[in-house]
Formats: sequence, C-alpha cells, structure tokens
Amino acid sequence: MTYQPQKDFGTPESRSSEAVTLIIDGREVTVPAGSSVMRAAAEQGTSIPKLCATDSVKSFGSCRLCLVEIDGRKGTPASCTTPVEPGMVVRTQTPHLAKLRKGVMELYISDHPLDCLTCAANGDCELQDQAGAVGLRDVRYDVQATHLGLEKDQSNPYFDFDPSKCIACSRCIRACDEVQGTLALTMEGRGWDSKISAGFASDDFMGSECVSCGACVQACPTATLVEKKVVEVGTPERSVVTTCAYCGVGCTFRAEMRGEHLVRMVPYKDGKANRGHSCVKGRFAWGYAQHQERILKPMIRQSISDPWREVEWDEAFAYTASELKRISNTYGKQSLGGITSSRCTNEETFLVQKLVRAGFGNNNVDTCARVCHSPTGYGLKTTFGTSAGTQDFDSVEDSDVILIIGANPTDGHPVFASRMKRRLRGQDGRPPAKLIVIDPRRTDIVRSPHIEAQHHLPLRPGTNVAVLTAMAHVIATEGLADEAFIRERCDWDEYSHWAEFVSQARNSPENLQPVTLVEADELRAAARLYATGGNGAIYYGLGVTEHSQGSSTVMAIANLAMATGNIGRRGVGVNPLRGQNNVQGACDMGSFPHELSGYRHISDGDTRRLFENDWGVSLDPEPGLRIPNMLDAAVDGVFKALYIQGEDILHSDPNTKHVSAGLAAMECVIVHDLFLNETAHYAHIFLPGSTFLEKNGTFTNAERRIQPVRKVMTPLNGLEDWEVTQKLAQAMGLDWNYSHPSEIMDEIARLTPTFAGVSFDRLDEEGSLQWPVTEDAPDGTPTMHVDGFVRGKGKFVVTDYVPTDEKTGPRFPLLLTTGRILSQYNVGAQTRRTENVVWHAEDLLEIHPIDAEDRGVKSGDWVRLASRAGETTLRATVTDRVAPGVVYTTFHHAVTQANVVTTDYSDWATNCPEYKVTAVQISASNGPTDWQEEYEALSERARRIAIKVPAE
Amino acid sequence: MNTVERLVHMVNQIAANLATDNDPVAATAEHILLFWDPRMKKLILEQDRSGLSTVAATAIDRLRETQNAG
Repeated sequence: MTYQPQKDFGTPESRSSEAVTLIIDGREVTVPAGSSVMRAAAEQGTSIPKLCATDSVKSFGSCRLCLVEIDGRKGTPASCTTPVEPGMVVRTQTPHLAKLRKGVMELYISDHPLDCLTCAANGDCELQDQAGAVGLRDVRYDVQATHLGLEKDQSNPYFDFDPSKCIACSRCIRACDEVQGTLALTMEGRGWDSKISAGFASDDFMGSECVSCGACVQACPTATLVEKKVVEVGTPERSVVTTCAYCGVGCTFRAEMRGEHLVRMVPYKDGKANRGHSCVKGRFAWGYAQHQERILKPMIRQSISDPWREVEWDEAFAYTASELKRISNTYGKQSLGGITSSRCTNEETFLVQKLVRAGFGNNNVDTCARVCHSPTGYGLKTTFGTSAGTQDFDSVEDSDVILIIGANPTDGHPVFASRMKRRLRGQDGRPPAKLIVIDPRRTDIVRSPHIEAQHHLPLRPGTNVAVLTAMAHVIATEGLADEAFIRERCDWDEYSHWAEFVSQARNSPENLQPVTLVEADELRAAARLYATGGNGAIYYGLGVTEHSQGSSTVMAIANLAMATGNIGRRGVGVNPLRGQNNVQGACDMGSFPHELSGYRHISDGDTRRLFENDWGVSLDPEPGLRIPNMLDAAVDGVFKALYIQGEDILHSDPNTKHVSAGLAAMECVIVHDLFLNETAHYAHIFLPGSTFLEKNGTFTNAERRIQPVRKVMTPLNGLEDWEVTQKLAQAMGLDWNYSHPSEIMDEIARLTPTFAGVSFDRLDEEGSLQWPVTEDAPDGTPTMHVDGFVRGKGKFVVTDYVPTDEKTGPRFPLLLTTGRILSQYNVGAQTRRTENVVWHAEDLLEIHPIDAEDRGVKSGDWVRLASRAGETTLRATVTDRVAPGVVYTTFHHAVTQANVVTTDYSDWATNCPEYKVTAVQISASNGPTDWQEEYEALSERARRIAIKVPAE
Repeated sequence: MNTVERLVHMVNQIAANLATDNDPVAATAEHILLFWDPRMKKLILEQDRSGLSTVAATAIDRLRETQNAG
C-alpha cells in the first residue's frame, strides 16, 4: 500500500443515536446529531480546507480556512464549529469562499519558511496541502517582520520543535490537554508574540512536564513538531497496522515504513484499546530492535565458565535436542521444564507449553504471569468463574466512581490512564467521575491537572485485605449493599456468611486502623462513595497481586464489586491492569502448570483427552512445577534443564541469590531472547529471538482483546520465534508442520471453547476481538457477566486478613515496595537500549524526609539498601510521596538489581512473589556491595563470545 | 529456607488463609492436590507433622488418604 496518513475527519465523532440529514455540495449525507458540518463533509468524502482542526481534539475555530456558505445564514461560518441541522444546505466551494481562503493562506505563508523541498514534512504537511488546495500561487505582502530563524528546541531525544514553522493553531496544546491530559504546553504571549511554550519561557521540552507521548507531534499540521527519525531518513512510503509490544494496554499502531526500515510508529485512530493515543514507549522506544547488542546467531557452550561459541541454526537445534534427551534419559522426564513469555505472541506461547507437555512429557511449564497476575487468575476464577477482567477500556467513559488500588496507571498503563483522566476531568460535559486511590504512595493520579482524588488511602504495605475488609464492613453494616443484585446474581448463603464475617466489630475501620494506618473516617467515606456514587469501577495492578495475600485481595475486590452490584454492565467491573503486553494471552494459552488453554485443569479427563487426540500423545494428569518450585527442585538436584523464552528471571524474579543458585545447578539452561540478558549468564544455549516487528501472531491485552501483530521486516536472526520452537520440537522428534501462525491459532480455536470463533481472517476483518468469541457471541464480549456469572452464581469468599511473615524489626525497620516508571519497561532489556534512559538512567530509592533525616541521607546520596535476603546500593531521592516508614524503588536496571533485596515469600495460593513488602534498612554507602562487584565480574565473564579464527 | 521448610511454610500459609472456609481441612488438602506437583506432594507427605498447624497437619493426612484412595 502506498503511504497515506490516516483520514482526518476534522472534528471528533458524535456518539448521538439521533441521525441528521443535510445537503453538502448538492449531495445528501446523514450523520449523527452533534456532528460538525466539517465532519459531515468528510464522511461524505468532501474535503473542506482546514488547519486548526483535527479529529483528535475539540473544534477551535481559529484558522478561518474551513469557512462555508449555508443557505439562510449570514456570512461564512466555520464548518468545524457549526453543528449539522436537518435540511441544512451547505456549499463548500464557491468563488467567494475561494477568495477568502486564499487570503487566509496568503497570510499564513507570508510568515512561513518556503523551504518545502528540504523540509522534513515535505509531502506530509497539511499547510503545504492546503496551500495547494486553495490555489495559492503568490504572496503579495512585503513582509518586514517574521518569526523565521528562531532557535529550534531539540532537547527531546525523539522529536524537534521548530518555532519558525509554527502557525499557532494550538493543535499541540489541545492534544496535550485533551488527549494526553498532562497540560504541559501553553501559548505564551499574545498576538504577534504568540508562541508555543513547554511551561515557562525558560523551559525546553526536556525540562518541562512533557511526558513525550507524541500526541502533539501527531497533531501538528506542519514540521514544527516532527520526529527526529523523519528528519533523518525522510517520510514513510507504506504502513502496516500492528500492536505495540509494551504494556497490557495493547495500543494499535501504524508501523510506517521505508522499505524494511521503520520510520515511525503512529498510533492508529481505529485501535479500540488506545483510540489513537500513545505513550513514550510505544510511540518512540523501538530502537532496541536494531540495537548493536542484539544477538543474531545461535550460541552454545559446555559450561557457563566458557565463552560462547557461535553456531549455525541446525547445529543449535541438534545440540539442544540431544542435551534435553540426555537429561531426560539420565534424570527422568520430570527434570525438564519451560517458561513461556508474556512478551511473546499467543501462538508462540501456545507452542512452548505444547512442547513441554507433548515433547518433554510433563507439565513443568509456567509463565512470567506467575510473578505478576497469577493471583488474578486464581481470584477471579474462584469468584466469577473467569480469569480475566470484566470490561473493555471504553467502559471507563461511563464510570461515576473510579477506585484504583495497587496500580499506578500514569506510569504503568499511560494510554489508558489518559482515557481515565479524561473521565476524571469531566471533559465530556458530564460531571467528572470521583476518584479513590488506595496506595502506599501518592501516585501522580492522586493529584494532577484538574484532577484530585476524593480519597487517597495511604495504607501500610501488606494490608490490602484489611483495608478492603474494613470497606466491606462499612458497606455491610451501613446497609449499602445491593441486595436485589446479590439475591438475583450471587449465592445468598455465601453472601450472608461473608456479610456476617465482615460485619464483626474486629473488622471495623476503627479497629483495623492501627494495622492499616488508614484513617477510619476517610476509609468510611471512601467505602460510602464507592457503594453509592453510581457506576463504580475498580482498577488494580501488581500492588494487589504481589503480596502474600495477593489472591485474597483479588477475591476481596470481587466481593466488593458483587456486594454493590458493580458487575455486568458498562462503567463498572473489576479490571486488572496487566503489566506486560501479553500477560492475559500467556495465561489464556495454558502456560500455567496446572491447566490447559482456556483455564481447564489438567486433571480433567475430558479436556485432557481433547488435547491428547489432537496432539497424538498422552498427557500427564498431575500439575507441574511453578517457577519458584522449579528453582527449589534445581537446588535439590532433581530439575536439570529449562527452556526460557523471552523472560529474564534472574533480573525479574525475587531473591536473586536463590534464582542464581537454581540456575547454576542446572545442566542445560536455554535462553531464547533478543539480548544476552542476565539469565543468560547461567545459560548453556542461546537461541536468538525476533522482535514484534519481525513476526506474525497475536497479543491479548488487559481487556481480553486479541489483536494482530504483523511482520513488517525480515527477522534479523533469520527466524520468527514460533519457528524456533517448532524447529526445536522437530529436532526432538515431534511432527510439527505449521507454515504460519494462523494455523497455530486455528489449533487454539479448535481446542479452546472461548476462542472458538477466532481466526486470523476474522481478526483481519474486525481489527480485534475480545474473548469469549463463541457461537453465542460471534463478535466477542466487551463486558463479561452481563446476564449471569460465568460460574453460575457469583461466589462471595471470606478473606480474613493474615499478616505477612515478612516483619519489620530493629534490624530492618522500613518497608520496601517496588514498582515501575513511565519511561522504562519491566527489566529494562528493551527500554534501556533506547533514548528513554534520558528520563530514567538509574533506579532511585524514594525515602520520606523524616526517615532520611534520621539516617543523615540527602537526595543524590548513595545508600545501602539491605534486607534479610541481600543488599545493594543505589542513590536516594528524598520525597514525601512515600509515607514515613516506607521506601520505594524501581527494578529496571541490572546494575541495581532490586531483587537481590526482595524475599521469596509469596502468595499463599499461587506462589506469586511478595515483591511489595520487604523489611529493609537504609544506611549511608560509599560504594557498591560485594554482591554488585562480584556480579559485575560475572557479567563480564559470562558475556564473552569466542572470536572465530578463519581457516588458513 | 530449604525446599521442605518452604513447603511446610506454604501449607501453613494455605491453611491460615483457608481458615474461614466451611471446611478448612478439605479446602487445604484440595488446594495442594490441584496446584502442587507430585514431588512436592511426596516431600510434604514424607515429613513429620511437627512444623504444621493443626489444620495443615490434618489436611496433609487427608491428602494422604486421597492419594492412597486414588
């Protein structure tokens, strides 16, 4: 396809169900009431010249180019600000309009550089297009003063700002306000002195509050705001619609290409998850795909003390298969296992678990969701019957009360956060939604432009269940439960048992305040608001799941939603915000050791037989090992080989020393990845991976939306990841012959009832589908549990607060909680290899001023962070964002290795690690710890690659 | 913690969290049956019950009966 920007309708779509018919240029058109004349014309295929209008922001009416004539109206109204009316007769092209438009364009061009041929936006510039459209041939003005030659702001690593090319249309400001919700930009000065500014006059983009989401660049009609990559390589010549490989929002992008060279990623307006918006990672941070540290050849070594030796693919597969067979024969088939990746596609994940179950002959397969959302799977399956969120992202538009617990959406899920913030600002003409935030930290969404949480409950880390039980106490004892909903939809006896439990005096907010540190009055007010404020929606993240009571907290959330009737329609629900791009999909695909795809237990004979018949093997009916169990078994000397696709467990999993001991005890660690990650220090075989730009498949986002991932360039390593797994399976003697991932999806659909109606053809037609996609719901299911819960009656589960065994004390008096930051992603393997490091070059320790003063620590000081598990050093930043007694850091940098400090306590039901609660002590430091020094030496040793000496 | 110590800790933790269930012993035994691999089950069955809470210890006995019956 030749490059075309996505069609711009000029003003946003109207959601009205009322239709209006009018006549534009002699042709009848019918559009929703509330549409602008400009939009109606665009839908009809008529292009009215425009500059200040774009369909991502509200109309502004400043450029005076989109003037039209309307029968019965005086003058020439702006079509962008004029709503359609029944029977309206509009003319968009008349001699009078042509003259007016030409005059307007002439003024614009009189103060615009005429360097079109050498301009980065040449061929992709709306000013250029409109000058052509209105037939401007000459500028008559003898211009004495211009804005030409102003200094460019090139401080942002991804885009430039050239004020000389600015036409002051304000599209960038409005995009930042309305789409992103950061309000970083403003118009400085008035009249002739008007200038776009990133805050104060002294601020450049980098020094401002700009979060580099790219909305302003996308909105800019000229080359004023332009991607550096476009400046460097030129405009794209084709585009392919695909899905972002960063967080669980799953934004749809147009990968805009020149040949096989990616020029830019532009958010796709028809993407149902992101609705045309993006964040700094998806929009700009894809440079890792071509990073020089990518490994492109397979490598093997006998021992982890040897340097790597590059080999051809055939040798790598033969060697890997022979090692796996040797180990299976020597130690038994239970000594092998595999880990699937939430960063890989559904099809790749499905193949890895199939390889383990059908090839290795056991169920020792797990996924990185073990360490993030496994409690969601357990908790929501138990209470609702389905291990997934209940809504689509659009649902937030109908929420009246938004309760965020243990999630930091502006950092972790920024594009959805922007949509949420839009609702919290009440921008759609309705009163703003109310906000409750339950988090030990004052996250950005607690107070941001035009948003202030009604209630922030800064609880003590580890007391989620106590807080939610106290909220339930208020709802039950103050008569706020929706009994009609409960009687109809839930098991009444279970509800009664639950209500009786939460109503006990010991569960009152006042009684639990010493435990939770949350003020009882504030908690009561928050509970009342959630129960009575209209549509209540709960959004949660890893601050819920990564606890010793992670599963209990998920069930406590489900209890609250059921008790208040906040399930089964738009605007409400229980919504897990998934960390990585395909956490939902990896779980759906049968990556957990106890269940096959579609969350069916391996002990279920009927399900097992379905797979056995299809695969031609017999399956082990016993659950396999979870990741932490694999590491324990390895240390015990009975687990010997592990195939890890697209995960870096040494960096991401808790208690690094235990992980490294487990890996070191194995005889064959196979790492299949883009880079020599930390885990690869202990690997014997390295299989190079392919990026999301180099393969076909699907990802499933946090709203159960299955979306296509499309190959836009040839894999630099030669093979897509599903091909690597298939060739390994073939080398082990399995008769696999997939020629395309669509065939793998066909198999998934054949074997998984909730995916029955999914195929690549359907996805191409629809763009995306939310499972379940079944005969009853052929177009997917945006909202779950509408007429009844999947399990039948909703199940109330009593969740008693059980304190964690990780205790503070004199030696370790502070509580450490960990998380992530906007510019970095997970272990940072991708984002650390992009310009995003300018925003976050190192992990920092947030510490409250009182705790800092007690220890003589100032911002910027190096501090030693020690727990019972280990210690590391990093620099401190003193802030009251964290409460006294709580410290916080991120885990994006291998140099810091926050997980040296975290313990291996875990969720009682799923073994999801308790990352969010570690008792620590902070002290001044004058250098790296012994562990850090030893680790640096290990890294250097382990990454050696033998240089091939050419034959004489 | 070695593996056995960890398993003992896990069973106690499961039992504590299922203490409010209608039948905590059955719920604890079933949880282990559904989510633990055969070696983990074997290791916990082989241990004496000294480190286990009452519910946890009874649940392990129940698990043994289930395994033997199966």
